[in-house]
Amino acid sequence: MSPYQKPFPNNWWLKRMPYFLFIIRELTSVFVAGYCLFLLVLIYKLGQGPEAYGSLIKSLTSSTSIVLHVIALVFVLYHAITWFNLTPKILVIYKGQDRIPQWLVAGSVYVGWIVVSAVIAWLVVGT
Amino acid sequence: MAETMEIKIFRYRPEVEKEPMFQSYEVPFREDWVVLDAINYIKDEIDGTLSYRWSCRMGVCGSCGMMINDIPKLSCAVFLKEYYPKKICLEPLTGFPVERDLIFEMDDFLTKLEEIKPYIIRHEGEEKALEEGVYLQTPAELAHYKQYSMCINCMLCYAACPIYSIDSTFIGPAAIALSQRYNLDSRDQGRDSRQDIIGSHAGIWDCTFVGECSTVCPKDVDPAAAIQRAKVSSTIDWFKEVLIPWGKKK
Repeated sequence: MSPYQKPFPNNWWLKRMPYFLFIIRELTSVFVAGYCLFLLVLIYKLGQGPEAYGSLIKSLTSSTSIVLHVIALVFVLYHAITWFNLTPKILVIYKGQDRIPQWLVAGSVYVGWIVVSAVIAWLVVGT
Repeated sequence: MAETMEIKIFRYRPEVEKEPMFQSYEVPFREDWVVLDAINYIKDEIDGTLSYRWSCRMGVCGSCGMMINDIPKLSCAVFLKEYYPKKICLEPLTGFPVERDLIFEMDDFLTKLEEIKPYIIRHEGEEKALEEGVYLQTPAELAHYKQYSMCINCMLCYAACPIYSIDSTFIGPAAIALSQRYNLDSRDQGRDSRQDIIGSHAGIWDCTFVGECSTVCPKDVDPAAAIQRAKVSSTIDWFKEVLIPWGKKK
């Protein structure tokens, strides 16, 4: 009399919302990696000279490019926010016998994100 | 007429049926009944052939874990009124071979638990003799691992982990959380002897941080956090080995 092994369905991630959101989080990595590649291409074109760089920048003004950027932005934001929210689980800091509250750890990451984003925005737009 | 509730239960009696089936039972609905009370009622009053594990009835022994409407829970900790008037479906914990009805095999978990050496290990020659007394510990040192010591081995975290269901070589949430419980204990010196298993692919690196193990944990052990913290420690080990080859490796 052998034990029964219940089969595990391939669509397990569609069965419950937390699993689905996990798969979405994993999927967003593709967009993060894709955008990193795009930035590398941007630098490569910059190295090729103003003409090559200029034509790439011009192609980015197309509606297809704008739609792709908006989609990438949504996924990258989801990726960043979900991982920032998970940071306190990984970064466990104690002060004596008291653990630093999780909201404080997550909050400091968000503050860092805002500061870095503001500096970059200032460099790009303000100067 | 008294209110009743339907409970559908996974049945597998290898000497009777080759394939499992579901059987429905009508039980009285009572506000103060937990799911385990209803199962006990079925066993005592309707069908004595039903098999399941239980013991303490108060969320301490960790025996009565099962899938309740597809979510791993302790049946002693969930009230019928949380589902009423909908019906309840009970199945054995996902990911484990089923022996009979709601009883699953836990051999794999117990083997893994033993492998991670869940006890205090001291370096040879550094153990205190009995007459020297106990190893002292400050409340701050206790706080570092106390959360992970609350595990009751109920295995709900394994049932919630899709990685374990897909790849049963994964050491799993509870075993890794317990290894952290000892690794973070100021009295323990056994991290190196656990690291071969914990730092392997079947250990922490199999985990993709789904996080459901922590959601279903009835004791707030947070095994997902334990695993991610172990990943950080292992990564620091690796950097030490690569960047400071002359330094202490672990």
